[in-house]
Parts: sequence; C-alpha cells; structure tokens
Amino acid sequence: MNHLPLIIKREYLTKVKNKSFIVMTFLSPIIMIILISVVAYLSQLNNEKQRVIAVLDESGLVKDAFQNTEHTKYNVFEDMTLTDAKAIVKETSNYGLLYIGKLDTINFVPQHMEFYSEESPSLGLISDLEGILENKLTDLKLQNEGFDIEKIKTSRATVSIEQESFDGQKTSKIDSVLKLIFGGMAGYLLFMFIIIYGNMIMRSVIEEKTSRIIEVIISSVKPVQLMLGKIIGTSLAGITQFLVWIVLGGVLLIIISTVFGIDVTQMQSPQQQMMQQAMENPEANMQLQDIMMAFYNLPITNLIIAFILFFICGYLLYSSLYAAIGAAVDNETDTQQFLLPVMMPLILAVYIGFFTVIEDPHGTVSTVFSFIPFTSPVVMLMRIPFGVPWWQQLLSLLILIGTFILIVWFAAKIYRVGILMYGKKPSYKELIKWMKY
Amino acid sequence: MSNLLEVNGVSKNYGDFTALNNVSLTVPKGSIYGLLGPNGAGKTTLIRIINQITMPDSGSVFLDGTALNSIHIKDIGYLPEERGLYKTMKVGEQALYLAQLKGLSKAEAKIRLKYWFERLEIGDWWNKKIQELSKGMAQKIQFVVTVLHNPKLLIFDEPFSGFDPINANLIKDQILQLRNDGATVIFSTHRMESVEELCDDIMLIHKSNKILDGKLLDVKRQFKTNTFEVGIKVSEKLSLEQELSQKFQIAPANFKTLGDELKLNIKLAENDKANDLLSFLTSKGEVSHFVELIPSVNDIFIQTIKNN
Repeated sequence: MNHLPLIIKREYLTKVKNKSFIVMTFLSPIIMIILISVVAYLSQLNNEKQRVIAVLDESGLVKDAFQNTEHTKYNVFEDMTLTDAKAIVKETSNYGLLYIGKLDTINFVPQHMEFYSEESPSLGLISDLEGILENKLTDLKLQNEGFDIEKIKTSRATVSIEQESFDGQKTSKIDSVLKLIFGGMAGYLLFMFIIIYGNMIMRSVIEEKTSRIIEVIISSVKPVQLMLGKIIGTSLAGITQFLVWIVLGGVLLIIISTVFGIDVTQMQSPQQQMMQQAMENPEANMQLQDIMMAFYNLPITNLIIAFILFFICGYLLYSSLYAAIGAAVDNETDTQQFLLPVMMPLILAVYIGFFTVIEDPHGTVSTVFSFIPFTSPVVMLMRIPFGVPWWQQLLSLLILIGTFILIVWFAAKIYRVGILMYGKKPSYKELIKWMKY
Repeated sequence: MSNLLEVNGVSKNYGDFTALNNVSLTVPKGSIYGLLGPNGAGKTTLIRIINQITMPDSGSVFLDGTALNSIHIKDIGYLPEERGLYKTMKVGEQALYLAQLKGLSKAEAKIRLKYWFERLEIGDWWNKKIQELSKGMAQKIQFVVTVLHNPKLLIFDEPFSGFDPINANLIKDQILQLRNDGATVIFSTHRMESVEELCDDIMLIHKSNKILDGKLLDVKRQFKTNTFEVGIKVSEKLSLEQELSQKFQIAPANFKTLGDELKLNIKLAENDKANDLLSFLTSKGEVSHFVELIPSVNDIFIQTIKNN
C-alpha cells in the first residue's frame, strides 16, 4: 500500500497548523521589514544632517580647497590661534576642527595636520579630508615644478573595457555583478533552506521517537516511506512559508516605502555597492539599458532548470541526513556530535561560493568543488550564471543524484534501526553496526 | 486451516547478539496466545518480526497460510509496549490518520471510530488534543486504533499497563469479545494472573530460545506435582501427621478454614491413587479440604526460568 501522500499530507498539515510556525511565518517578515526600515530611516537621517567642519589653515596653502558639499560644510577660520579655534568649535558644537600647521615649505605640510573632535570621526570622513588635501597638495607641487594643472586635467583619460566571449556574447561589469547576485542568492537560499527545514525534519523525527508513536506507525508503513513523507511534507511547509515571506515582505516593503517615504533601496548591501561602482562609468545615461541588457544576457532558462534540479537534490541529500540524525538520537541535545560533520561541507560550500567563485568562477577550486556532491549544489548554483558547459552541469548533477540515492539508502538504514532504539546515545561505531542489521 | 499464524525456525541476530534462536510456534485460529518470558528474552523482536517491522535472518512466517508480505499489514493490529500518540494532534484526526494507514477509507474509518468511541464511552473526546488527556485515556484511544480495522490477528504487548482496575476490566472484556467475534489474539505480558485468566495457549521464551509452549492446560498437566491440599479435623494431629509422613511426602500447608484442622500438602507417588488417600483420610476424621494443587502460571514461569 502506498501511504506516501497520506503521510505527506499529515506532516504538512501539522507543520502548517502549528502555532509557532504560524507566528514565525507572519511575524518574521514584519520584524525584518521593520528592522530594515529603521536602519534605512536612521541612515537617511544621518546622511541628511549637514556636518560643519572648521578648518584652521596656518600655512595658508590649502584653505581654498574646501568646497561645501551636500553633507559637509567647511568653515574656514582666519587669523586665530589653535586654542581659540578649539574653543569656538566646541562652543558652536561643530563636528570637528581640521588644523594645518604653519610651515614655509610645502614638502613638510603632511606632517603638520591634525583633526580635533568630540567623538572619534568615521574612517570615511578622514579619508575624504585626506583626499581633498592630497589633491590640493599634489596640484600645488606640480605647479611648483612648473606644470600646467589645467592641461593635466584635460588630458586625463577614462577607459571602460568592453567584454565579449568568443561566441559573441557581450558582457560588462554590470553583467558580472548581476551574475554574482543571482548565484549568491541561489546558493544562499539553498543554504538557509537546508539549515531551517533540515532542523525541522530532525526535530519532527525526534518528536515521533519521544512520543513513542513510531512503533505504531511503522507497523503499517515502511520506514523509508515515513522518512520520505516527512522530508517532503516538511519541505512543502517550508516552501509555503518562504512564499508567504516573499509575498508579505514585498507588500510590506511597498507599503512602508510609500507611506513613510523611506527609500529602502538606499540600504546598501555589498552587492549593491559593487553594482554602483560598476555603473560609475562615463556613459551614465546607459545605466538602465545596460542592466536590462545584462539581465537578458543571463542564461535564464539554464539558471531556472539548474536551480530547481540542484536545489531539490541538494536539499534532499542533506535533509535525509538530518532525518537519520534525528532517528539515531533520543533528544535534541544529543544531535550536536552528528550535526557538525553535516554542517561542515555545507559551510565550506558557502565559503567557497562567496570567496572563490566570485574571484574566479572557473578556477580549479571552484570547478572541483562544483563536482563534489556535498558542496556541488551551492557551488554549482553560484557558478552557473557565469556560464558552465552543459556537460559539467550534467556530470555534477549525476554525481549528486548518485550520492543522493546512496545517502537516502544509508539514512533509511539508520532511520529504520534508530527509530526503535531508545535510551542510549549511539556512537559512530554503533551506527556502522546498524548498517548490518 | 486451524492455525492462523505459523512461525518456523525464526532466528534474528543484532551484530553479535542473538535476539531469537530458531524459534517456532503455531497460534490456533480464535485462540488467545500468551507470549511469556523475562525482560530481554526476545518477545518484542518476535512481535516485530510478525509485524514486519524487522526482517528475520532466517526462518519463515505464515499468516493464514501465506508467507508474510505487505498485504498482511491490514490483517494485523498491534499495540506495542512502547506506545504513544502525536501529542499535538486532535484525537479524532489522529485516529483517522492511523486508521487510513491501515488501509481503511476515511468514511469507513469515521463510522467505525464513532462506533468504538461509543462502545468505550469516549465519544466526547473527538476534538481534544492528546496532551490534554490522561495516560489511561490515551491508552483507550490506542486500543481503539489497534482494533479498528478488524484485524484477523491482534497483538497486545502489556495491554493493561496504565489502566485502573475498572478500565483494565473493560479492556479485558473487549479483548474477549473480539476473540468471540473471530479474532486471534497474541498477548504478551508479565502479569501472570491475566495469562491465567485469558490465555488458551502459552509459550515461554528465555534467552532467545523457546523453552516451553502448548495449550495452557497441557502445560499445567505437564507441571503437576500430584500434590493435594488437605484439611482434616482430628484430635490426634501429631500421630496422624507422623503416620502420613511414613507413606507420603508431606509439608505444612497454609489456607483459610473455619475450624482447627490439620493442614497439609501431601505429594503422592507416581502410582498412588488420590482416592486411596481420600478413603484413608476419611477413616481418620472429617475431611474439610481435599484439592489437587494446580501449578499456577507464575510457578511454571519461575520454575522453568530457574531450571534453564
């Protein structure tokens, strides 16, 4: 008799009807959005506030280099001692005081600069000031050597290299960033999914053991069926939760950004920063078109198919391990020793994904790890946007499926024996012994 | 076909540990079969093999004439010793789910559940969660789930644990009723008085081996000691006792009487006749007690285990 649909249905319904699951489903996007909005709002506040920086230039060389900007206003003091200047700055609660000491020759100016402030200033501010001073001093020195500054400025060239693969596909820097975002999102999603719902499966197996219902169930159902039913049912509940999160999160985001006028997109993730840097090219008016182009250039069909296949196989591979762990132990505290070796390859995969693949998507390390079954789902998903030959994808997928079948068989064995073992925490040696039962 | 279940030479090893060693048994149709043995003897392993939870290393099991296979799942109802229910699920939902796993349709399961809930007077529990019920209440639900699909073979492992005497009696009556309706029952317990009361056949497992089986009456006959419990009113107790001790093995007995009788256990030799003893005793005084001592299952159990 095939009870799989029945088991899946029960697992799904109990998960979905569970109070803490419902609370988590609806509360987490709200909390996330609120957090994001608060941070966005605060950083906006921070940006809008104009900082006043006093400048006391005793050398008189650089005071005209300070131009007021949107966020910073420079207040240049004249004919004043340092102590007086400090007192005034403190009194007027200006942000800080930049002091440039008196010197005859321009070569020693850099040693006589100091910034005074109430709190220690941000790195950004200091490097901004340093930039301004460096530019000015360089100009001055060049002038001293007899160069024409204007000529130097006009002869500065800007270059943006166009990229094209041998079969004629045009790529650009924006392209690479988009690929990174896609790959990163896919890999990270899989990682999160495995951790959250793998744990959920494990807990549900342990619950069946501790409530002692397991023997009743497996007198009517094969353990493998029960295990697969559990994994599939829990995963469907997980997908439901994810969909709710995405929909609810999206709606809330729109509502909040329209009602409160907070531009949440101002929140800058590292990827977005990279994107911006990539877009800072002379032909700025091409930006939007470029992004669209880059988007079309992505191997979308390949991406979607590969995502679904690798996601399912990778997730099932790990979740059957989680189920086996749940079956082997009696309570959650005993899971630690078995969880570590399962988590290691997963974390390794994410590290490789985010460091090595970004650096060199087709290098030896990336390629090798996109074939090793425990890391391949994450690493391959991150490589695919950069274009992976179809035979590599297929080979990796076949290895993954082969391992997946092997692991499910192995997990089912552990599961079958483990669910009926009570009272003791098994060692690895015992787990291997169970294989022979 | 007079036997519902036949187990032929079943062995099972867990690594180096032998859980069952060449165990055979036959369970007659319509009987209540007592499966006895000390803790860790292999009873649960045997039951799990019959339930197809574990596979035997060697040997075969036949249910109703066919080798055990997955069709038989719906023919067996199993109440394990380690039992429980999903704590957060509602009683009705849970019972329906478990019934469907045994192959009943949802509608059919509902009708039968209603009937059984009425029968055990638990109709108003349908929407309660298991965690709101007491242990005994949950046990009742489990009993219902076990018998709901009208299995040919019912296996109860310690069915009365956790019940108060009233409910234990109720469950016992239900088991007898089910047997009368045609079911065969395998009954594993450490409570010898229920074995005495319910079982037609018994089997004793010790250290993975079967050491005894058969009809309960046959087993008792096999273990009878030809000992009679005697109470007799005489004035000269001592002299009678001496006279008896020359002919028979005697021992003081302890049972309740209304008068001041001489109370003895008298063991007859192989060819002695009970009637001869009785007529001898009646010639000496008024006999108020003359009962053959039937070995209790408890005695048989302890004696057999000790001898092995």
